[in-house]
Amino acid sequence: MGAMNWGSVDAFLDMGGYGLFVWGSYGVAVLCVAIELLALKARARRLGASAPGEAR
Amino acid sequence: MFASIAGIIERDLRLAFRRKGDVAQVLVFFVIVASLFPLGTGAEPNQLRAMGPGVLWVAALLAALLSLGRLFAADYADGSLEQMLIGAHPLVATVAGKTIAHWLTTGLPLTLLAPLIGLQYGLPGPALGALVASLALGTPVLSLIGAVGSALTLGTRGAAVLLALLVLPLYVPVLVFGAGAVGAALAGLPHAAHLSLLGAFLAFSAVFAPWATCAALRIALD
Amino acid sequence: MGQVLSTPDIGLAEGSARGEWWLRYAAPQAFFPLAGRLIPYFALLAVLFALCGLYVGFFAAPTDFQQGESYRIIFLHVPAAWMSMFLYVVMALWGAAGFVLNTRLSGMMASAIAPTGAMFTFLALWSGALWGKPTWGTWWVWDARLTSELILLFLYVGFIALKASIDDPRRADRAGAVLALVGVINVPIIYFSVQWWNTLHQGASVSLTRSPQMAATMLWGMLLMAAAAWMYSIAVCLARVRLIIREREREMAWMRELGESRTWAQ
Repeated sequence: MGAMNWGSVDAFLDMGGYGLFVWGSYGVAVLCVAIELLALKARARRLGASAPGEAR
Repeated sequence: MFASIAGIIERDLRLAFRRKGDVAQVLVFFVIVASLFPLGTGAEPNQLRAMGPGVLWVAALLAALLSLGRLFAADYADGSLEQMLIGAHPLVATVAGKTIAHWLTTGLPLTLLAPLIGLQYGLPGPALGALVASLALGTPVLSLIGAVGSALTLGTRGAAVLLALLVLPLYVPVLVFGAGAVGAALAGLPHAAHLSLLGAFLAFSAVFAPWATCAALRIALD
Repeated sequence: MGQVLSTPDIGLAEGSARGEWWLRYAAPQAFFPLAGRLIPYFALLAVLFALCGLYVGFFAAPTDFQQGESYRIIFLHVPAAWMSMFLYVVMALWGAAGFVLNTRLSGMMASAIAPTGAMFTFLALWSGALWGKPTWGTWWVWDARLTSELILLFLYVGFIALKASIDDPRRADRAGAVLALVGVINVPIIYFSVQWWNTLHQGASVSLTRSPQMAATMLWGMLLMAAAAWMYSIAVCLARVRLIIREREREMAWMRELGESRTWAQ
């Protein structure tokens, strides 16, 4: 049903010409999440443990 | 209660009177900032008139902001603020008195000076009237909200910039309706609604801001 | 975790006395392991909701008549904006809880939420800009929602900056709580002011025209992404509060050892 939206992977990436904007948004979102998680890990390492959520 | 407030106002006014330079500095800053904008954007009269309301309000806002540092700083530094905390007068009376005194030495002079600067921007009579009215209602709100920020940042590192960061977002509604009132008057539209809203902001902040300031002072001084 | 040399927390004492099992979690020592157990479930839920939401957003929702495919940014922009406002309110509630219950954990939770809230605010602004450019031709549109989001970002940054500038954690927590409460009262006022300002200056409004069927699909997509963002926020904030608990408890152990106070901004 849903895949009818997109003829091909190329069309999906192109987003009707708006690929830069759509993937620029979602890409930055993924980047922000990655930075947030890495920052948590770095903070945990500074405290002298390996990863947050480990020592229960 | 009112006697306490009047006493604090009298004390702060007398202290401010000894340092007239502080009051003058705020006014000079206002004039300088208002003069910078035409230098930056060009002095085309219609453009100046159009941006006059916003520029004058922002300049007044920044001038009020700069003066907030001295609301509690001097008393905090020499220990009299702690005395006020445990003293006979209720703290909220002290806060109210100091806020009123701050407005009398900052907001009120700005309100009175603003029409002169408004002439530099070519604002016509009704707009100047709206400017004075909006500043008269708005600058007390700036003092009230500013007092909360000033108490929160008491004695912290980089207090002046931090204070600006905390308080400027909270100033936005006052700015929007203050400048909006002058802009409406400029366009020949009624601006009573703007002034009413400013009055509502004043009533609301007059009731709640002193308590928030007291809480912040107790946190800072414990 | 080692010796936790801290003053008994009121939550712990009260909880035991009154037999209310959940009050004992107001003590950081008890909350720490609970948070650790919960994080994986919320993380999993976040991923599941995100997959469903993205499926609806990219495969179930049809193309918009006017805006083409660029409107799909809405499935990121609107949930991010919702979360930014929701998290600010939650942050303020934790601050209020700190005043009412006088628990240390409340301030720690507020501190844990702020960076995530700021991140969602930034994402709302970024995605708003990237949506505005193809739609309105400029990278920034002074519409009511974006301008309010910008001011909300300033409020978050101010909160984080205030906490960072006060060395004593207890004082920082309580000052932050006052600021957050003042802010949360002001947010509706600011939003209303900016709305009014926007209509006056006939600014652009970032919105869509849509058919009813499309509206339902779009709403589902946004709700699913919002749920994903919410689960993610809980997981991340629980992880962060565990780090804050460890940082502060460790700080207190050092205080006992060295007999002096230190800043914990290493």
